[in-house]
Amino acid sequence: MNNIYRSLIAIGAFASTVTPVIAQEAQSLDAKVNAAFALVTGPFVSFIFAPIPGTSFPWIVMWLVIAATIFTFYFSFVQLKFFKHAISLVKGDYSDPNDAGEVSHFQALATALSGTVGLGNIAGVAVAVGIGGPGATFWMILAGLMGMASKFTECTLGVKYRNEYEDGTVSGGPMYYISKGFAERGLPGGKFLAVLFSIFCILGALGGGNMFQANQAHAQISGIVGDYPGWITGIVFASVVFMVIVGGVKSIARVTEKVVPFMGVLYVTAAMIIILMNYDKIGWAFGQIFAGAFTGLGVAGGMVGALIQGFKRAAFSNEAGVGSAAIAHSAVKTKEPITEGFVSLLEPFIDTVVICTMTALVITISGQLILDPATGNYAVEGGKIATIGDTSGVALTSAAFASAFSWFPFILAIAVILFAFSTMISWSYYGLKAWTYLFGEGKTTELVFKIIFCVFIVIGAAASLGPVIDFSDAAIFAMAVVNITGLYFLMSVVKSEFVSYKERLASGEIKKFEH
Amino acid sequence: MTTKLVVGLDGKGSGDRALSYAKNLAGLIGDCEILVAYIIEWSPYSFQTPEENAERHKRREEEISTALERVIDPAVAALKKDGIKVKGMVRHGHVADALNSISEEVKASQIVVSRSSDGGLATRIFGSSTANLVMTASVPVTVVG
Repeated sequence: MNNIYRSLIAIGAFASTVTPVIAQEAQSLDAKVNAAFALVTGPFVSFIFAPIPGTSFPWIVMWLVIAATIFTFYFSFVQLKFFKHAISLVKGDYSDPNDAGEVSHFQALATALSGTVGLGNIAGVAVAVGIGGPGATFWMILAGLMGMASKFTECTLGVKYRNEYEDGTVSGGPMYYISKGFAERGLPGGKFLAVLFSIFCILGALGGGNMFQANQAHAQISGIVGDYPGWITGIVFASVVFMVIVGGVKSIARVTEKVVPFMGVLYVTAAMIIILMNYDKIGWAFGQIFAGAFTGLGVAGGMVGALIQGFKRAAFSNEAGVGSAAIAHSAVKTKEPITEGFVSLLEPFIDTVVICTMTALVITISGQLILDPATGNYAVEGGKIATIGDTSGVALTSAAFASAFSWFPFILAIAVILFAFSTMISWSYYGLKAWTYLFGEGKTTELVFKIIFCVFIVIGAAASLGPVIDFSDAAIFAMAVVNITGLYFLMSVVKSEFVSYKERLASGEIKKFEH
Repeated sequence: MTTKLVVGLDGKGSGDRALSYAKNLAGLIGDCEILVAYIIEWSPYSFQTPEENAERHKRREEEISTALERVIDPAVAALKKDGIKVKGMVRHGHVADALNSISEEVKASQIVVSRSSDGGLATRIFGSSTANLVMTASVPVTVVG
């Protein structure tokens, strides 16, 4: 342990003394890393985002939306009908007092949320609105509402098919439910899909759960303190993450876990204040959202462009259908897997319908997006809407908040660092579960993955937003391809759990506990 | 009707003083059973990492067996030696709430706790548990200094 600390301090000292000297070199190191990265990930990204022949609509977006719609109808709008029950479960109304000390529904939800609430809510939304305009918000909310049904399905399966080991630990997730569920129903290909999922999960953990977070965290910090090479932020983040996931310095993670919800509330509150401060523009903003949703208001790709951006960002932000939440929720203590499905309904709601929408509204209301007064459309340059100060990603969100609170970018930087960090910790775990599924448990294999993870933090911070977000998106969506295939085959299992639970709830067999 | 007393232990000298008092009281009452309880501070509303969640069940078992081994079993053995009817238990939760719900379950006639836990920072924490308990308990509470 001491050796780790010593070597980290040594690295830090070395980096800080050498930095000014090789600043010039550093800039081109960033560029070199970026170029290499874009080259390697290019083909993969092109495949995932290939448009449906004859259209400009990426097939992957269609895949996610169709799945969410099918699940919504198959489970008869469970997201509406069981929303209240979900809240009741999280409050602990149905929790057996004898289970005190085990993982509660609230804890499972909070853990999963800390993984999904991240830079996607802050920077990803800015990208969506920056390309698709305010109209993207409408599609994002719609995708969020429908995605609740996908989460419901996968989290139920995650608990139902988890592995409970003799030592008392638990492992669950799509690789388990696909392999076990398929085997149980005599379907071929379960093992193959599980392996494929694990591979994409590792890539997703390295991309969206890691690189994108580091990248945008660096963008926000350098937006405040001034430009400096990204790999420095990368090394700092990587060191802290390393200390937590390898060094076992749990105290850092614990502090973050406590502070992140607080920052989330602060963020939403600040957004609400800005929106209320501009109450006279609320109507206009919603008008822009609806008009943009159906006409595009001049954005690249028109209505379809807005739709694509909205769906993409919702999927990336709330990860519905991706399968990562199933890994997080699988540790809950419950006799009824379906209850965790209900609880997980709240995630896309909080993540997308609440937090992402807040970001989108603030960006729209603050007037960062430049309108052409003559046509009422947005001024589009190079596939993006022109913004005041030519900002994009987290810088756009920062500018939007700064228009009301000039000191907010500083708070946002702290929030961004914390959100990025907590997302990295969560995804390092998801990726690790996928890694150990493929390569077996063991200290050495685990260490190998954790080191790779930390290296990618540095790469993510150094690369520029474009290739990073493309790769992150592609990896996470690839997970969704495999996961949703599995969900289609296993949804009847969830249906029978659902029907059985509903009957027992109605008959009073499932009891509430007094508090 | 056997009178039941619930004694909250904290694994320290302060808890032992509460237990001695309860022992004397049991002697005076005659037909009496003591329930020694050790509450592991826990909330269902805390925030954890995914790794902590996955290991939680295992940790919980460890916490319970450590508490039984270090605090409850010795206390129960000592009381049994003196011929007092005694049962032991370990629970997770909020100290005041847990002691209160235990006493309601077994229909205890009073709860005996120490005023505050021996030792630095813990004094602050347990002290407020006792204060909480006194203000919210549904049965009489005896606080032993």
